Amino acid sequence: MNRTRTPLLSSLALAALLAACSSTDLSQTAAPVETRQPVATTPSTTNRPANPATASATPQSRVATVDLAAQNAAAAAKAASMLPRIVYFDFDSFVIKDEFKPTLDGFAKVLTASKTKRLTVEGHTDERGGREYNLALGQKRAEAVAKSLELLGAADQQVEAVSFGKERPADAGHDESAWAKNRRAELKEK
Amino acid sequence: MWPRRRILTALAAGAALPAAAQFRIEISGVGATQVPVVVAAFRDEEGAGVSMAAIVRSDLQRSGLFRPSESPLKLDERSDVVLADWRARGADALVAGSVARLADGRFDVRFKLWDVVKSEQLLGQANVVLAGDLRLAAHRIADEVHQKLTGERGVNATRIAYVLRTGRRFTLHITDADGEGGQVALASPEPIISPAWSPDGTELAYVSFETQKAVVWVQNLLTGERRMLANFRGSNSAPAWSPDGRELAMTLSRDGPSQLYVMPRSGGTARRLTNSHAIDTEPVYSPDGGTIYFVSDRGGGPQIYRVPAAGGNADRVSFSGAYNISPAISPDGKLLAYITRNGGNAFKLMTQEVDGGTTQALTDTVDDESPSFAPNGRLLVYATRQQGRDVLMTTTLDGKIKTRLLTSGADMREPAWGPFVR
Repeated sequence: MNRTRTPLLSSLALAALLAACSSTDLSQTAAPVETRQPVATTPSTTNRPANPATASATPQSRVATVDLAAQNAAAAAKAASMLPRIVYFDFDSFVIKDEFKPTLDGFAKVLTASKTKRLTVEGHTDERGGREYNLALGQKRAEAVAKSLELLGAADQQVEAVSFGKERPADAGHDESAWAKNRRAELKEK
Repeated sequence: MWPRRRILTALAAGAALPAAAQFRIEISGVGATQVPVVVAAFRDEEGAGVSMAAIVRSDLQRSGLFRPSESPLKLDERSDVVLADWRARGADALVAGSVARLADGRFDVRFKLWDVVKSEQLLGQANVVLAGDLRLAAHRIADEVHQKLTGERGVNATRIAYVLRTGRRFTLHITDADGEGGQVALASPEPIISPAWSPDGTELAYVSFETQKAVVWVQNLLTGERRMLANFRGSNSAPAWSPDGRELAMTLSRDGPSQLYVMPRSGGTARRLTNSHAIDTEPVYSPDGGTIYFVSDRGGGPQIYRVPAAGGNADRVSFSGAYNISPAISPDGKLLAYITRNGGNAFKLMTQEVDGGTTQALTDTVDDESPSFAPNGRLLVYATRQQGRDVLMTTTLDGKIKTRLLTSGADMREPAWGPFVR
């Protein structure tokens, strides 16, 4: 009988050693379960090991949430705020030229990152031509930009296309350099 | 229709007439024949504070049909006129009258019109008016004289709406047809375009950008009360009243491209009228209300089309030139006035019969816009540019007699001639 007890003892010792090294396995030990009180943040609690200086200090249990989606929205908005907000057009044209694709991409990112963000696209023309027809041409330019934003992921309700026609020129001159500055769509956050 | 008259030599161009404040009326061009009419100063008109005779003379001259002059003699409607003496002085007609202040502050306005050639009195009228309506009373006298001597209704008692821009301020003005007596219906820091008179002359529809987009409003001129008529998604513009005043056609972009819709004057559901994949805009009703003329670029560039007001297929009306916009229809429904863009950047006022035919240019300016017919169908008002400023002009349909409403320092645009009501 002596021969079997020794291995059992060493097994138990081994088990205890192993138990001490690993995470608590409540099924193996008989250690009593301690019930800890949650640490209060009110000044009336006195038996706290680390003593915070003020009542509004961060509780120990607090875990800060890192929300990459919100962070992306903020970064996208910041990037967009540094982008040009104006898309320029050639005469009699509604085609969005390649050089403005980064602007549209930037704004599309802002809109897809936050579904509550809304944008107005204001279309404009140069001064040549009738007021009402130019109002409609400006509307076409604004719609072209709005459509592009939707293709890039923005929701239909997030973008309203409106027009000022020739009523709000950026440059009051009467030559091609002024006209080129007026043929535009402006993106504005609502 | 025409009384016997002398044929006169051409009026010198640029004869300026006295007028108040900042407006000057200039007449250029040659009239074929003009009736010489003497209009004597009205007795007591200085006391009333309104130069009744000067207004009548100016109205008659602006029509291009008369050559008015003052009287060397003091006359009123009670005078014993010796018409032979006036014949000797070269007059074909004579007008004299008086303005008497009544105890209650109103004015008794009286006048008589004599046909000098036939040696007979043609008209004699008396009307009691409020002080604020003395100018209107003078315009009505001019209309009576105009109608009696030509057989046609004058438009002197009508009003014109237009937009003035001074820097960043936009104002919607209502003036008498002579450009005087202007009152502001709306003042705004944002653009106002496309004013349109209701057929009864009590309301104006217009487009205002006060909410940072194009919205159609309707405003009562007497009370200033206004309401939003169309504020759909996108742009709402180009309001046009039906002749019975019950509904308005307009351009909405709410379903994508700018298309024509019709709405009741009290607002509500907009019925879609056109269905092209292009721009359809600038609707205007025919005088019988059955047809709507409009601008569409469904064929490439903007041209003038028409569609039944109840809906249906559109057919094209303008065929001359690649860019035709801003249609206006004469009160008899037969003549179309519009703006054409030709060679480069010239925008010119044209007329054409609605059922086709040759087109006629009316101006020698190159920046014409917004033609609107006077309700007697004899004149057009339009906006154009002269010496770098926007001005409003009127012209006879043959282009021969033009008048200019001038301002000093403001841009004028979007004229709309009001209806016969006053």
